Amino acid sequence: MRTLVVAALAALLLVPVPAGAVRSEVVADLSDHLIAITTGFTGSSLLLFGATDGAGDVVLVVTGPRSDVTLRRKDRRMGIWVNTEGLRFRDVPSFYAVLSSRPAGDILDPAEAAAHGIGFDAIRPAPADPAAPAAEVAAYREALFRLKQEQGLYFEETGIRFTGERLFRADLRFPSSVPVGEFRAMIYLVKDGRVVSSQPTPLVVSKVGMGAQVHWFANRHAAAYGALAVAVSVLAGWLAGIVFRKKV
Amino acid sequence: MAMHIYLPIAEMSLNFLIPVLLGAGVGVLTGMFGVGGGFLMTPSLIFIGVPPAVAVGTEAVKIVGSSVSGVLAHWRKGNVDVQMGVVLLIGGLAGSFVGVRVFTWLRGIGQIDVTIALLYVVVLGIVGSMMFAESLGSILRSRAALAGGGSVAAPSGGRGRGGWVRRLPFKMAFRRSKLVISPIVPLGVGFLVGILSALMGVGGGFIMVPAMIYLIGMPTKVVIGTSLFQIIFVTANTAFLQAWQNHTVDVLLALQLLVGGVIGAQVGTWLGGKLKAEQLRVGLAAVVLAVCFKMALGLVLEPDELYSFAAKGGH
Repeated sequence: MRTLVVAALAALLLVPVPAGAVRSEVVADLSDHLIAITTGFTGSSLLLFGATDGAGDVVLVVTGPRSDVTLRRKDRRMGIWVNTEGLRFRDVPSFYAVLSSRPAGDILDPAEAAAHGIGFDAIRPAPADPAAPAAEVAAYREALFRLKQEQGLYFEETGIRFTGERLFRADLRFPSSVPVGEFRAMIYLVKDGRVVSSQPTPLVVSKVGMGAQVHWFANRHAAAYGALAVAVSVLAGWLAGIVFRKKV
Repeated sequence: MAMHIYLPIAEMSLNFLIPVLLGAGVGVLTGMFGVGGGFLMTPSLIFIGVPPAVAVGTEAVKIVGSSVSGVLAHWRKGNVDVQMGVVLLIGGLAGSFVGVRVFTWLRGIGQIDVTIALLYVVVLGIVGSMMFAESLGSILRSRAALAGGGSVAAPSGGRGRGGWVRRLPFKMAFRRSKLVISPIVPLGVGFLVGILSALMGVGGGFIMVPAMIYLIGMPTKVVIGTSLFQIIFVTANTAFLQAWQNHTVDVLLALQLLVGGVIGAQVGTWLGGKLKAEQLRVGLAAVVLAVCFKMALGLVLEPDELYSFAAKGGH
């Protein structure tokens, strides 16, 4: 892996900068563009590597597929804790990671961060019900970020390290509960509080192998899957009954 | 680590030793006490992070397998009253249909977790206290009988009870159980256990067995075999419906639990042979009450996190 990265970095550096090209470019790539959730999947780590053409800070934003998310809150009712209320948010990223060479808040203007969707403050999922009271929405939104961070699905880190003045690298960690789908990875070069250059990189998370087939089968042919699950269990139990026959 | 297996429906990665050991631990209880252990397994699965709905659906599949391996031994000894089993089964199938519907509905309105927990507290509390009192009583009686130099006391509880049961109409003869009784009783018992099996992810042996002895009045010898016989079909139906309607059955997880379960059951059977029946029942009652207490605490104490994500999916 390491030699591969060094080779790739060397290749990046050897590419001649076209005459007249805008300064302050950023070139970067991920060590892989597919995260395969196999049967033995325990999470995955990708390497981000690249180079800047001149001084500046680097920020990587990885966003997972978006969907509507409902949060529920427990309250005490008749002595026990029950879900009583809920709030639905529109287009919530299933995964959201910001990696930067310095804290994103320190290097970016808030307006610029908001424009590019960089940082937790910049992505503010909107409630499905526009009439929901603002204080309620704020409390639910805070809980949303807290829960996602606990699951390891949302994080902000200063994980990008420069080696020398222009080469940078970072480890990007995905937990085993990483959602599947098409991700968006954007690498930004930041200077004087503003984004001066950016580059998108494709990233796909997909279940492969047996796990993928089981999941697909269980959802697409649910009745057949149910029948098969029962049959497998009966067979396994029957075999066990035969094997241990003498001892019973 | 190759030890970890990604569970495609639970959508989590788990070291395979965890479900295998969990299955073995519960399997020991199965072998010792003749209960399926669903009432222990489902809360344990939830405890290690399996989503509650997936824990319930998956445990139903596992119970099918462990009941099949359990019933074979009883079948060979002729301890299965098929006729009674079929009557219980008819009630049970109707109950599990209703149960899965209710499950889907409760999941939709976000009240499934608290319902599962409440049912556990109530049902385990009742069954555990009754079992504890009854078995402690019979230990004391047999001690007293021994001290008095007399013979050990006759079977406790039983057929004398439940005059109303005998007055019900449409009496049927159950030959293997040596009983003449109205089928309404086993139908009702089966129906209730069917609903509970769907909602709680249990086979219901721990309710079925006492109901068969005390309510129906079946001889103890045929109770476990007959209970297992009908549990196979009721949980098979529940498992199928959960997989079909709610997509909450993880086959990979069920198989790992089953592997541990059948090995544990052998150990439990061997252990059970070394202990007295009353001691076994007191032990089981203590386990049941402990689980009940743990679930009750979870309901009453203020949780660390008040917010949670609503379950995705279903239909």
